Formats: sequence, structure tokens, C-alpha cells
Amino acid sequence: MNIFLQFFFSFVASFSFGILFNIPRKHLIASGITGACAWLTYYILLQGFDINPLLSNFAGAIMLTTFSIIFTKKFRAPIIVFVTCGLIPLVPGGKAYEAVRNIVESDYSKALESGAQAALISFSIAMGIILTEMIYELFRNISNRVKEKNHAS
Amino acid sequence: MLDQLEQLDRPDDSLDLKYVRKVFFVALNCGKTLMENGAETYRVEDTMYRIATYYGIENVQVFVTTTVIILSMNDYSLSQQVRITERNNNLEKVVNINDLSRRIVSGLNIEDALIELKKISDSRIFPMWLMVMFGGIAGSMFLMMFGGPIQDLAVTFIAAATGVFITEGIQRYTSIKFFTEVLAALMIALIANIYVGLGIGSNVDLIIIASVMPLVPGVPITNALREIIRGHFLAGTMKGVEAGLTAVAIGAGVGIVFVLVG
Repeated sequence: MNIFLQFFFSFVASFSFGILFNIPRKHLIASGITGACAWLTYYILLQGFDINPLLSNFAGAIMLTTFSIIFTKKFRAPIIVFVTCGLIPLVPGGKAYEAVRNIVESDYSKALESGAQAALISFSIAMGIILTEMIYELFRNISNRVKEKNHAS
Repeated sequence: MLDQLEQLDRPDDSLDLKYVRKVFFVALNCGKTLMENGAETYRVEDTMYRIATYYGIENVQVFVTTTVIILSMNDYSLSQQVRITERNNNLEKVVNINDLSRRIVSGLNIEDALIELKKISDSRIFPMWLMVMFGGIAGSMFLMMFGGPIQDLAVTFIAAATGVFITEGIQRYTSIKFFTEVLAALMIALIANIYVGLGIGSNVDLIIIASVMPLVPGVPITNALREIIRGHFLAGTMKGVEAGLTAVAIGAGVGIVFVLVG
């Protein structure tokens, strides 16, 4: 039940961001699904299996990009449409906020800790996205090369 | 081997110059529209290059950063640069330009491409009230995702909608993004603190985190890293600086309120 609710909330959040980023209406549902799947991957790994937040975010980003690539192929739209909206639930806003709060309370060592965590999490999300994109491009290029060769011979 | 070198000494300028200028216009404006509306640098370069070469122009050079685009058609001694002064996220235009470039490559003639380009640049964005409303909805959804209590839902909606209203609304009349972002974060923190101070709300932290989410530059930071890893160092660092500035602005806005409240 809880997971179902989480799916719903993250779906609506990504959908709303689709409107803020002004993406075409026909892609709104798809970007909502992308965001919800990314968040669920992260949530289940973190809460259910107690895995390190960096790794869960990394896995979430991989899921996000996989779904984005599927929708990109399906709708022939640029990948940034789905990645942008789907990324939103993963953004480590809470950690960044903690850092600000600690700075205001003059607790600089704690602020540094949460700040570094926020930075590392965004780095691991970016890594997840880039890695998946690169693997996809690699496979696409290789299969194109193979097709060309078959065509030529 | 020689065909891999830049051939500047024997240009192929066989095409009609009027035609070339039209192609130049289409390619440059496609690039400009993409860049102004939040596309990645490599996509902009790729699209411009594809359009120009599809229409038969060889030896095209494109250089795109976050703030400037330079397009040169070396064979025709044509080169222009445009500055990108305002950047926002309007992905509908990115999608439309992407469609246009696909259609060009599958055989759209240059006159039709010009008409299509005009249509795209005139297309409108979602109305303001809708964006404000969905900003509020996004904020309240984040509250639920982070496990916040139900009684904070209404105030999160109001605070997040206010944040979007300030950034989207005032942004249209001022060129300094930094201060509108400070103001938006400040208002959000203020609303949350007042509400909790009145004894109705329960968790200031969660209300602020959730309502500030529509402003947080998570997407620009990720895009900046993606650009840098793809080898667009200049564009990537520029975007990174822009995103970092936004993060500082939000932090400052929230921080000011906490210093005041104590």
C-alpha cells in the first residue's frame, strides 16, 4: 500500500514538473511514469534493503534513464524531456537544506558533511544517467555498424 | 588523408548565395531556439550541423556555449554569432525543433522549413496560473513523499505556489535571477515559519524542503555534469556556475529567515 502511494505521489510530482518545464501535453504521462519508477527504485532500495543512499540514487538514475530511452524511442522525442522530469524526485533537496540550516546554526563541520553528501548524491545521479546513455549509444552504434556491414555484403 | 583536413583553399561555393543565406538563417535560429529553451549543447551543435549539411553546404563549423552561438559556413565566407541572453526551460520548443530537424533531414524544402520555424517561435507556453497551481501540487506531493504529516499539506501547497509565482512572475520584469530566487526562498521560509509559529503546522523543515523543490537546481546541475563529461567544458562550467548560484540564492533566502527567527 505504501509503495502504491509513493508511486502515486512521485508520479504526480513528476507530472507537475512536466507542466513547469512546459513539455508537450502528450509526453506528460510518460514523464510522470519515468519519475515514479526512478523514485520507487530509490525508495525500495533505501528503505527495504537498507542500501547506501549513493548507490540507491545511482540505481534510481539508471532506471530513470532506461525508461527515458524507451520513451525516447517510442515517441521520437529528445531524451532531455523525460530525463528532466523524471530526475526531479531524486534531487537531494533535503541534504542541501540541512547544510543551509547547519550553516545558520554555525555548525560548520555538520554543514560540510551534509553539503558533501548532497554534492556526492547529485554526482552519483549524473553518473547513473551518463553511464546508461553511453551504454545505449555504444550498443546503438555497434548495431548500426553491423547492419551496414550486412547491407554492404 | 587529405579529406580529413580543413579545406580552406578550394571552397565549394557553387550554391546560390540567397539559398545559402536562408539555410544559414534556419540553422542559426534553430540553434538559438534550442539553446534558449534548455537543450543540451551537444544536441544544439548536432542539430545545426545536420540542417546545414543536409541542404548541401559543406565545411560547416558550429561553436555553441551557454551564452553564445557561432555558426560559420566557411565555403561561403559566412559567419555570425548570436548571444543567448535569457535561458529558461521550455521543452515544448525543444521537442518541436527536434521534430523539425527530423523532417528536414527526411526531405522538407527550405521554404517550408522557414514557415515551420516561424510557427515554432510563436508558440506559447502554459498559462501562468496553471504553472503556479502545478508548482503547488508538486510541492505538496514532495511533502507526502518525504513522509510529512497531512495537516501541513495546505501550507506546503501555498508556499510552493508562492515560490513558483515569484520566480515565474517577477522573472518576466527583471533580468537579475538571483534576487527573485532569494525572495522566493525567503517567502517560502517565512510562510512555513509563520504557519508553524501559529501552532497549526508541525514540521518547519519538511514544509520548507518540499516547497523549495520547484526552485532547486537539480536538473541544471546534472546537465552541467553531463555536458562536462561529454567534453563541452565551457558550456558545462557555465551551467554549473549558474546552477550553483541558484543553490546559493535559495540557501541565502532560507538562511535569512532562520537568522531572523532565531
